[in-house]
Amino acid sequence: MKLVKVYVTLKKSVLDAQGEAIKSAIHSMGYSQVADVHMGKYFELNFADDYADLEKDVDAICDDLLANPNIETYRYEILEAE
Amino acid sequence: MTEPTAKQIKDEKLYQQWGLTDWEYELISAKILKRLPNYTETGLYSVMWSEHCSYKNSKKVLRKMPNKSDRVIAGPGEDAGILDIGDNQAVVFKAESHNHPSAVEPYQGAATGVGGIIRDIFSMGAQPIAVMNSLKFGPLKDGQTKHLVNEVVAGIGGYGNCIGLPTVGGEIAFEDCYEHNPLVNAMCVGLLNSTDFKHGTASGDKNLIVYVGAKTGRDGIHGATFASDEFTDTKNKQRSAVQVGNPFIEKLLMDACVEIIEKHSEWILGIQDMGAAGLVSSTAEMASKAGSGLILNLDKVPQRETEMSAYEMMLSESQERMVLCVKPEFVEDVLAFFENYELDAVVIGQVTNDKQYKIYHLDQLVTDIPVDSLTEDVPEYDREEVQPQRMIDEQDYHFAPEITDLAATWIEMLQRPNIASKKHFYQTYDSQVRADTVVRPGSDAGVVRIRGTKKAIAMTNDSNSKYVYLNPYVGGQITVMEAARNIVASGGEPIGITDCLNYGNPENPEAFWELDKSVEGIASACEKINTPVISGNVSLYNEYNDVAIYPSPMVGMVGLISDIDNVTTSAFKDNGDLIYLVGQTQDDFNGSELQMAQMGQLKGNLRDLDLDQEKLNQDLIRQAISQKLIKSCHDLSEGGLSIALAKSAFDNDFGFDIKTKLTTAQMFSETQSRFLVSIAPDKQADFEKMLQTDFEYLGTVTTEPEYKVTTATDSVVVDGKIAAKSWKEAIACLMK
Amino acid sequence: MKFAVINFPGSNCDMDLYYAIRDGIKQPVELVDYRSESLAGFDGVLIPGGFSYGDYLRSGAIASQAPIVKEIIRFANEGKIVLGICNGFQILTELGLLPGALIKNEKGRFICETVALKVVNNETAFTSEYQANEVINVPIAHGEGRYYCDETTLKELQANNQIAFQYCENVNGSVEHIAGVMNQQKNVLGMMPHPERAIEEILGSDDGLKLFQSIINYQVRVNN
Repeated sequence: MKLVKVYVTLKKSVLDAQGEAIKSAIHSMGYSQVADVHMGKYFELNFADDYADLEKDVDAICDDLLANPNIETYRYEILEAE
Repeated sequence: MTEPTAKQIKDEKLYQQWGLTDWEYELISAKILKRLPNYTETGLYSVMWSEHCSYKNSKKVLRKMPNKSDRVIAGPGEDAGILDIGDNQAVVFKAESHNHPSAVEPYQGAATGVGGIIRDIFSMGAQPIAVMNSLKFGPLKDGQTKHLVNEVVAGIGGYGNCIGLPTVGGEIAFEDCYEHNPLVNAMCVGLLNSTDFKHGTASGDKNLIVYVGAKTGRDGIHGATFASDEFTDTKNKQRSAVQVGNPFIEKLLMDACVEIIEKHSEWILGIQDMGAAGLVSSTAEMASKAGSGLILNLDKVPQRETEMSAYEMMLSESQERMVLCVKPEFVEDVLAFFENYELDAVVIGQVTNDKQYKIYHLDQLVTDIPVDSLTEDVPEYDREEVQPQRMIDEQDYHFAPEITDLAATWIEMLQRPNIASKKHFYQTYDSQVRADTVVRPGSDAGVVRIRGTKKAIAMTNDSNSKYVYLNPYVGGQITVMEAARNIVASGGEPIGITDCLNYGNPENPEAFWELDKSVEGIASACEKINTPVISGNVSLYNEYNDVAIYPSPMVGMVGLISDIDNVTTSAFKDNGDLIYLVGQTQDDFNGSELQMAQMGQLKGNLRDLDLDQEKLNQDLIRQAISQKLIKSCHDLSEGGLSIALAKSAFDNDFGFDIKTKLTTAQMFSETQSRFLVSIAPDKQADFEKMLQTDFEYLGTVTTEPEYKVTTATDSVVVDGKIAAKSWKEAIACLMK
Repeated sequence: MKFAVINFPGSNCDMDLYYAIRDGIKQPVELVDYRSESLAGFDGVLIPGGFSYGDYLRSGAIASQAPIVKEIIRFANEGKIVLGICNGFQILTELGLLPGALIKNEKGRFICETVALKVVNNETAFTSEYQANEVINVPIAHGEGRYYCDETTLKELQANNQIAFQYCENVNGSVEHIAGVMNQQKNVLGMMPHPERAIEEILGSDDGLKLFQSIINYQVRVNN
């Protein structure tokens, strides 16, 4: 099995309201050195070993559903599933 | 994991960990079963015999509540109570506490509290139309409390907004005693477009038990017993007992259940929500009420996790699940109906006529016990009660406030968290979805119209635990009457209540006395104004390290507004309108917000409440509203006249110019049975003529936001803009 | 003029919109299931507010994959009226029928309040009954209503008069206070505020009524 780990985050140009809120919470815990916090989404997709066109399809899934290209970017890694 | 044997459970007294006493265990094994219960059975008894499911400590007290009136169609004992409102329509409502889950995991605890109470309403076949809530926290001093408040509020909003029900009001209070034991009480109101409803019963040999909704996981196991347990520092780690809500699934479940009962009533014999103690509680109650038995096959139950034991499946409190009792000839229709909503629906058992509760798991019979032993045979306890010593010691104390600067005290009181605007919180709740909300949060009561009729429903959640702490009986009466005044001030007729009774450990005689006396107070007030108690719940053991919360009964009252033109709000409407104080004012400072502000503690007794006078004043206001004499009406509560005046002025940025016989201190007195009203000048003669009670003409509404006040002892001008800013921004400022 | 109100799993303002059409402007209206594959016979499509699919993944993202969607796209491309409100707006941006995206409010919290809106362009199928720059009171209720688009898109929106409504006070941090935008052809409008909650005085405002009246009047003009 192939395991595809997909990470979706807001583009740098888009204010990450949740990240900001989390940052201020971290600061109020006393960790004032934490400079920046960003929150994103993480997905795990499983595919058969002999899946054809894996990257092409993962790109399509990300472009069409998992990420909104207007505001988000994504990256992924393909691993051997344990 | 291998489960302990029946003998191990007995020898090692494992049942004690689940909350069963030696005596209860003995009763089960020696008298009821005449054998030792196995692991699954012991689990079922422990949860069904918990206070949360059985009310074993409070039943005797609860019987004191009136539950009859001409309107009552169903009272306590169903998922929710039902009141007839004419035209073949009925209103269905209930409130429930989710205190312990909210303390442990505030977002999910509060969210699933809302989800649970909504299911109680639609399981009666009613369309939920609005939700409300009553929240109590510790003071907004430290980050931990603020986090708790934010999460609870977010959980309530997250669930209610998503499912699409308006949150039309509620209350939030802050006192030291709730710091480690917050109270989260939620209420839901529904509308039944027929006076027929589905009982939660499973009757008729060979009829089928259908499971509908979300899959079962290991969440919330022993939530019910957990809810009946005290908090201590060491127990803080009980995180496994918290359920996670999915409002999206509940929206589908709600729409499906309302539709199936409305359109295909003949398919369904009974329907019940799987709430506390999940599958066992819902199915055992359905069978016991019908005098039937049941066989359940757990292998059929939709499961989210693998290798769940029978014990885990029966006790799971996974959310968004319902149980239906269906006639076999319609079962295919029922399953197809839910499939169209993309909801899991499966037959998991059938009704029998032997009154036994039998459970099969992996082809083994794992439970075989009399069904009534889970519900009817629970022992009832007569708890010892004794008047709290503090009441005896402080009987004759009268708090006498000192006010050197009326204007400064006024502003200070407006900023107190219990009085300041709660908009910071309630603006995160969708209060208008369904497009029926006539009065949104912030007035005395929330009002929702009934589309297609002239009618509307007013609803309010009220509690004042400070009064109940000082005098449980009078405090109980006040709780009901304040709710009633909120309904009356909004143009409604109070028709019934639900309650959440939040108290400390009933095994403590003083705590039990508080419960008993306040229930007597509630009962006497309800009888006076003919508002039966048609549903509710009890939450005991609200303690942290052996210190109990104030006795905190919460009353959720519903009122009927027969003509929507009678809807009245607290805001002043026009320049030059005349302002009146209706009702007599005395030196009532014990238990007041002013006492907390000046003394930092509660002390003294409460004066007896004159129920006749209270009812007379309510009736007169209702009459004045129905004769269209009143333009604004506000109940006087915390902070007294000064606060009521300011809050009536804020909405439309008005001011007022008044002169009163009251002393400066009495501007903050919390004497009951009073209303602040404004009327058009040309109605003065008619209004004063009909007002056969104590009243005082105070002065007029003015355009400039200036509060000009002359009391018996003082004369001040308060800048209304500063007053409004102080009141509006205090909470947001504290939450930073 | 016959309207379709699309009902996705989790839509919760579908009936509000239905009543606004039936009782507010007294036109024929039907709920259409998300699994339906035809909008034949309808003159206008309304996508209601709510939390389609629980707002899981992103608001509107999963709904934009539903079977009815192809038909909505066809409908829009034929120049017919499509209005998305709140979650409906989010779905339209996810579908690419409208530019930009809707993200979490600046302060991160859900806001329910009646707000003042400015009618920026009153020469459209949706706004002709309003005066230019008229200020109207319409409720909002959203947690993810902050309109976002990049600068190029914003310039295009402005150049082509695609901004229908702006917030008088920027409640959620939207780019250019944008509360509602249209496509280039101006037959598709998405807006976060809820005009269907503002069609009766008793509910606090009837300023939303003119929006629906504008649509009918537009259709009358088209038909003539």
